[in-house]
Amino acid sequence: MRLSKSWDVTSKDFKVFLKKRGLIFSILAFPLIISILLSFVVEFVTQSASGGGSGATDLQTLLPSFTFYYAIIAAILPTSTASYSLVGEKVEKSLEPLLATPMTDEEILLGKGTAAFLPPLGATLLGASIFMVFTDVLTHGTFGYFYFPSLDSGIVLALLAPLSAIMSIEVNVMISSRVSDARVSQQLGLLTVFPMAGAYLASELGLISLVTSTLLIISCILLIADILLLYVSRATFQRDKILTSWR
Amino acid sequence: MIETENLTKKFGDLTAVDSVSFRVNDGEVFGFLGPNGAGKTTTVRMLCCLISKTNGKARVAGYEVGSRTDSLKIRRLIGLVPDNVGLYDSLSAYDNLDYYGRFYDCTEDERKDRIPHYLKMLDLWDKKDAVVGTFSKGMKQKLAIARALVHEPQVLFMDEPTVNLDPEAAKAVRDIILELKRQKKTIFLNTHNLDEAQRICDRIGILNTRLRAIGTPEELERTVRSQATVVQLERTNDIILAALRKLYPSGVSVDGSRITIAIENPDKENPAILEAIVRAGGRIQSVSVVGSTLEDAYLELVRERRRD
Repeated sequence: MRLSKSWDVTSKDFKVFLKKRGLIFSILAFPLIISILLSFVVEFVTQSASGGGSGATDLQTLLPSFTFYYAIIAAILPTSTASYSLVGEKVEKSLEPLLATPMTDEEILLGKGTAAFLPPLGATLLGASIFMVFTDVLTHGTFGYFYFPSLDSGIVLALLAPLSAIMSIEVNVMISSRVSDARVSQQLGLLTVFPMAGAYLASELGLISLVTSTLLIISCILLIADILLLYVSRATFQRDKILTSWR
Repeated sequence: MIETENLTKKFGDLTAVDSVSFRVNDGEVFGFLGPNGAGKTTTVRMLCCLISKTNGKARVAGYEVGSRTDSLKIRRLIGLVPDNVGLYDSLSAYDNLDYYGRFYDCTEDERKDRIPHYLKMLDLWDKKDAVVGTFSKGMKQKLAIARALVHEPQVLFMDEPTVNLDPEAAKAVRDIILELKRQKKTIFLNTHNLDEAQRICDRIGILNTRLRAIGTPEELERTVRSQATVVQLERTNDIILAALRKLYPSGVSVDGSRITIAIENPDKENPAILEAIVRAGGRIQSVSVVGSTLEDAYLELVRERRRD
């Protein structure tokens, strides 16, 4: 596999994304808005702590959950980019000339996957950074130390977020073979949020606790799921079917 | 340059291309003529290694179609203008060509050299920075041809490049193909436009799932053998008609003072026809030979399938 060829596909997709302001807005706005809202909640709880309430304890409970949101956001955002990257080529009927180039399916898929992966992950990390900086500034007086970065936030951002983004992209590759509308693909792709949302709900119901060991177990499960889905999505991307039965 | 032997493609129970064998020589413009659903696009897709073949053999530029390693080599050596141009509407004309140049491993220097060359050749240089979404169909088609040429392929496959174009744009595209023909490019042209095939192609294959005939346009016209001698007389009478019907018991028709006689070889048969008319007292005003056209050949060959 020639990584430079994959990067050519990625850079082409980046250039197309840059022309779609709505897409850029949706990728950037969601994590930024969530980050600002979460920061307001932290500010509110911190204020109640300074008033003699149970704010410090509440914060210790809330912050792991808030950090976990970024793994969910990382699963949501690639549904837009992956849909445009694959279904967009279908809509523009540009897959045939692309497949006629001397690139392997793996090079094309890696290029498209990278294009769908990097902007959402970048936006997620940007949002998370803003949230963490605000949180550190707001909570330093309460905790007496900077809460972030922590091992758990590192696991969420370095493992869970990329793995859930990859899962989202792989599912979108499979969906792309069945739909010819980027918005439908995006909506169906949101199904990939359920595993992460389920883990969050389980933590809220007290079934699991989002501590280091749990986060590592979820990461391992996601890694296995990603590997399995990689084979399935690779099997879906077949030239014969793309040109003759993808609708 | 291109060789196929019993090339076959089936989609489930449906046979799209059935045991097709032909050869396209280096520097030749070969036309594949056939109605919609005849298997033209499927054949091109097989030859471009876009879809697999079910049976048979095919080689492009000496490489085996169907072999994974050879497929990449074939795709490097060919250019494809698909029936849907498939350009990136949000990118400029220059960027579209630049990206495809990269996909084909062209160096930056090659791209900087070739992209202006082809954009100028196709009269698109003034629009190089314009977003392709603003282009007319004809301009898009020309850009798709430039895209297929930017890596300077040995073989150019064109799948109905003038379909849905207005007459002016279609002529512009045909002129480009003729220019490429002058440059001795090997071109495989899918079309259902008989006039286009006749004007552009060195040889034509008539496809309707199976290859019905192959040859130069003139050879194909002769396969129908429906020539006729038309004799315009001052006036006709029963003696003249009887004389002609003695020579041709069937195949003589009369329309006023014009007699049409179905023949096979005008050079050999016309002297006897004219002699018979003069002996019968006919006064000849004009004589002409009406030959079969490519359209006659095409329609007869395509109808053969329906009779099969």
